[in-house]
Amino acid sequence: MATSPPTTERRSLKGSTRERRGDPIFRAILMVAASSVLLILAAMIIRTSIEAWPVFAKEGIWGFLTGRQWSVGTSRSEVTGTYGALPFIYGTLLISFIAIVFAVPLAIGIALFTNELAPSWLKRPLTYTVDTLAMVPSVVYAFVGMYFFRIEVWAPVGQFIAGTPAGEVPFLSGPVLLSSYWSAANILAIMILPIITAICRDVFAQVPADEKNAAYAMGATRWEVMSKIIVPHSFSGIVGATMLGLGRALGETLAVAVLIGSTRDMTSSVFQPGDAMTALIANTFQDAHPEAIWALLAIGVTLFFITMAVNITARLIVARVNTRVSGGAVA
Amino acid sequence: MDPRTSTARDLDPAPMAPIRAEHRPASAEDADTSPVDVHVTLDEVSVHYGPFTAVRDVSFDVHRNSITALIGPSGCGKSTLLRTLNRMNDLVPGATTSGSVTYNGEDIYAEEVDPVEVRRRIGMVFQKPNPFPKSIYDNVAFGPRLNGTKRGLDELVEHSLQRAALWDEVKDKLSQSGLSLSGGQQQRLCIARAIAVNPDVILMDEPCSALDPIATLRIEELMKDMASEYTIVIVTHNMQQAARVSDRTAFFTVDMDNERQDRTGVLVEIDQTDTIFTNATDPRTEGYITGRFG
Repeated sequence: MATSPPTTERRSLKGSTRERRGDPIFRAILMVAASSVLLILAAMIIRTSIEAWPVFAKEGIWGFLTGRQWSVGTSRSEVTGTYGALPFIYGTLLISFIAIVFAVPLAIGIALFTNELAPSWLKRPLTYTVDTLAMVPSVVYAFVGMYFFRIEVWAPVGQFIAGTPAGEVPFLSGPVLLSSYWSAANILAIMILPIITAICRDVFAQVPADEKNAAYAMGATRWEVMSKIIVPHSFSGIVGATMLGLGRALGETLAVAVLIGSTRDMTSSVFQPGDAMTALIANTFQDAHPEAIWALLAIGVTLFFITMAVNITARLIVARVNTRVSGGAVA
Repeated sequence: MDPRTSTARDLDPAPMAPIRAEHRPASAEDADTSPVDVHVTLDEVSVHYGPFTAVRDVSFDVHRNSITALIGPSGCGKSTLLRTLNRMNDLVPGATTSGSVTYNGEDIYAEEVDPVEVRRRIGMVFQKPNPFPKSIYDNVAFGPRLNGTKRGLDELVEHSLQRAALWDEVKDKLSQSGLSLSGGQQQRLCIARAIAVNPDVILMDEPCSALDPIATLRIEELMKDMASEYTIVIVTHNMQQAARVSDRTAFFTVDMDNERQDRTGVLVEIDQTDTIFTNATDPRTEGYITGRFG
């Protein structure tokens, strides 16, 4: 039983798809979607910068960034207090840096173990565990940090470090307080661990099997394949993961606000309380006078630019490493 | 040269061939040849992936300083078998190998044998050129550096590149990325990289399948040239290639088990390449070579 094939009417070569309206409409929708992010970002920067401007104008940008005194005024119309943000900038950078130092090697280790060493029955549970950690809300981290970790883990570890010869260094000297840069840094390390691990896992999985096999075929051990092939190949991905983690650490508010201790002094020891940019905003904005709100917005603007600087630096590192490795031959 | 390798080469017992000969498929011509120097012997080698048997009961000898080609239709397990020779299958989850593979008189699957050490003696070149995203120099130096070689690295790199017939083309750009080379050059770089750890057997898994005809020809010439120094086993889809380069050819086919829905690779016969191509014993070989199937 032969059926004739369905015939399609032949159209002129000229402009048959132009009659279809879907394409331009779809394009317009996508352009709106794409430009909306730019608009949102621009609105946020411009609006906060305008609000914060009186504070920058009074202190000077440099003065704001390097001033150590933060005493808020109560005016509704002018800037009467003194606003030096250095203690908060220092606190934010310090705890984020420590968190990265702790989290990145651990994350790389977990990812390598999951991908390369774990027996297949263990891979899934490991992956799920890490992904679950990523889903825990930060208020929960803040709670367990406050009621468990800082008391039973971080403070004792801090005591131990302060008791070793390293404790002679002012940065690591006692007394060790429960709420401190150290506690905040540790909770941040735990909080950014899942995202860094997850990205590292994906990045490591992208390393071509060919390359790994080539190394194995030359008599490389598993450790050599991991350290000489997988990790170097994934360098840009690891940097990306680190920056994402750093971004989260810089911006994390609740857990830091609860654990950092909130003192306005820039203490030299990591085991003593300090403050961070986000923590300051969260802890003080509710009963701040208008000029203090401007100052907090100025902190927000500063944090935004720090985050942006981190991102640009990361991209530069990645671009540089990529050209060096591939000789410009492959992207 | 690695002293262990040369010693092993000197002491290798030539009379081994007759002992193993009984496992080989019958071949009148083979019996005529003067005592051959057997480098690698497979004895009843089977490879399983979980419940699936990829290759069953393969036994043959690989002669020293000769090129042995493994040919056969897709899925006949020739690549799998090649990977048993340097224990690359160990890296595949669920893969198990039975039978024995004897290299220089030692069973490489013996319990105390370190697969990493095996792979340093029995090198491998892959189907797709797979240089590391590193400089040409670092690609070749990769293996020696693993072994802790620091002095004489420049000479070793130069020697290996020369041996792979690539030196003249890259000597002025050793610091450029290995990925900046053409496909054929990349494959020769991979050969140089394999040579650099000083193996005495080199396994090649369809080394030319991703290359154009001219690059293919260069690699084939290189292989013939290398055979004076190395024992080469090559898997190829290209029968002309097997005919052009190899001294001996092993023909594999797929054994279908319709009941178990199982496809298993088996060795049909192995012989001098001329014999296989002109006067094969088994009708299946002749059928494949003359293009009647596969």
